Amino acid sequence: MEKFIKHTGSGVPLRRSNVDTDQIIPAVYLKRVTRSGFEDGLFSAWRNDPEFVLNQEAYKKGTVLVAGVDFGTGSSREHAVWALQNYGFKAVISSRFADIFRGNSLKGGLLTVIINQSDVEDIWAAIEADPTTQITVDLDTRTVSYNSTVLPFEIDDYTRWRLMEGLDDIGLTLKETDSIDSFEGNRASYKPKTLPIKK
Amino acid sequence: MGKTLAEKIWGEHIVRSAAGEPDLIYIDLHLIHEVTSPQAFDGLRLAGRKVRRTDLTIATEDHNTPTLNIDKPIADPVSKLQVDTLRANAKEFGVRIHSLGDAEQGIVHVVGPQLGLTQPGMTIVCGDSHTSTHGAFGALAFGIGTSEVEHVLATQTLPLARPKTMAINVEGKLKAGVTAKDIILAIIAKIGTGGGQGYVIEYRGSAIRELSMEGRMTVCNMSIEAGARAGVIAPDEKTFAYIKGKPHAPEEFDAALTYWKTLFTDADAKFDVEVNLDADALEPFVTWGTNPGQGLPLNANVPNPAEISDPEARGAAERALVYMGLEAGTPLKKIAIDTVFLGSCTNGRIEDLRAAADVLKGKKISSTLRMLVVPGSARVRLQAEQEGLDKVFLDAGAEWRNAGCSMCLGMNPDQLAVGERSASTSNRNFEGRQGKGGRTHLVSPLVAAATALRGTLSSPADL
Repeated sequence: MEKFIKHTGSGVPLRRSNVDTDQIIPAVYLKRVTRSGFEDGLFSAWRNDPEFVLNQEAYKKGTVLVAGVDFGTGSSREHAVWALQNYGFKAVISSRFADIFRGNSLKGGLLTVIINQSDVEDIWAAIEADPTTQITVDLDTRTVSYNSTVLPFEIDDYTRWRLMEGLDDIGLTLKETDSIDSFEGNRASYKPKTLPIKK
Repeated sequence: MGKTLAEKIWGEHIVRSAAGEPDLIYIDLHLIHEVTSPQAFDGLRLAGRKVRRTDLTIATEDHNTPTLNIDKPIADPVSKLQVDTLRANAKEFGVRIHSLGDAEQGIVHVVGPQLGLTQPGMTIVCGDSHTSTHGAFGALAFGIGTSEVEHVLATQTLPLARPKTMAINVEGKLKAGVTAKDIILAIIAKIGTGGGQGYVIEYRGSAIRELSMEGRMTVCNMSIEAGARAGVIAPDEKTFAYIKGKPHAPEEFDAALTYWKTLFTDADAKFDVEVNLDADALEPFVTWGTNPGQGLPLNANVPNPAEISDPEARGAAERALVYMGLEAGTPLKKIAIDTVFLGSCTNGRIEDLRAAADVLKGKKISSTLRMLVVPGSARVRLQAEQEGLDKVFLDAGAEWRNAGCSMCLGMNPDQLAVGERSASTSNRNFEGRQGKGGRTHLVSPLVAAATALRGTLSSPADL
């Protein structure tokens, strides 16, 4: 995974709440067996509307999505994270994310930043007034900054460390193989197995 | 201080724990389907890794599978590739798979319980957010993304932050015609689609204990629609009786039972949050908008956004009414429906089919709509046919299909057309969920059947 330390780019205001993962990437786009190429499905229904923010010239180069509350609800599809990344987004800012989406994003290196709704509104106002406004998301200092505003955000130390080092979760867990072996040695024998039942 | 049920299960699955780090949690059962697994298997292959516990892993085909002509190759080449990829991966990595045409094929969350693989006190994951369904058995079960699927395949564990706990107490007695689906839709309307975020919900109270296992699965299934990754219900005699005799019921049943009986929230345990719901007051519930929290009792009218004080909710309601093509103030019962969908991991089990068939028996569905009946699994379909339910549906003018996720999310050919309106027993009314431009009203199986007869949103009491 690519390391994430700091990113600066222009913002895209998505003034909607409850953006579910079916909107981020509809099910018909989930049939691919690769991790790439999902950008064409990103917000596909809304992109039919010429007024939709991603269709506006001023926001076409945005890399920081600034979304309404409860972003990423619904389906666990990680394709939603891939679609945002494939399109070019490096970070999403919102006042609340759905749990599974947030987990997926932080596994895949798409930084999801939680700040107050009033601060989200202020960023919307700033990037709507001037779409070239640069937003910096700094994981090292745990801040979002634009113009002269600096906003702190919270992220747990472990996830921050993993993202800044670009570490693969599986590799980290495999270092614990001894603990897993010993846990398995103590599992109750009545726990079910999926092996076919001989009748 | 005592522990909640979720805390007990969590504690019993900690492989490793360290300050400032997520707990490493052991996973007892990993369910796989074709949509969220191909990139995970690919990751294993690239890293030269194996599936650690093929004996705790099982796959089935559900999201893409057609519900007609299942003896023929899948017509959509992209769907076919995804299903073929799952078959090839299962073979290469040694994972048991139930493919289309097999009696155990079906929606992954219907298949696990019917095989008896879902048992109290387990940790269960699947690359599907409705994995919360299995919580009905007192298991800690939740949906995961594809990176996590790969993680579980490789290590049989997941690093997870400890969730907070929420109790939802549903006390009282449901009126006739009010079901598990109405309970959960009312809960989501009450706490909102983000209300459960960061929590495991434990559903408690007399109305929950009264529910059948099928009903409990319906409630836990939609925990994710309230934002909670998992929902649990303490196991009891109904749970134990349901598992007994299933193919994968424990051989050492008494040993398992002794353990299962320890799985309840201690009297002195504390939840982080408690929510109360009065079961006596509940009515059949339907959604009018484009998220599952936008629901009301069937007797209500489409809400007027101008009367909603929260600006965020008002804006969402305004957009929802435009998308849904609804006027504020219209009685919900006057809304005409084009398609009734009975099925999904929420309401595609045998009891759901029985309830709907009971309403439809000897009657004809309205000529203004179509009704699709899609059993949750091939096994449910066989059982229904044994009971003659297929004839009830066919005689009423409904379509009797093969098992799968079908129109719940329209990855297969079962989709709504632009502007088409459904009454659906599934779990999500998102824009375009059942087909681009389609409009979804979430309902119980009873409301689905009554609606099919009358042509407008209705409950059996209206017949």
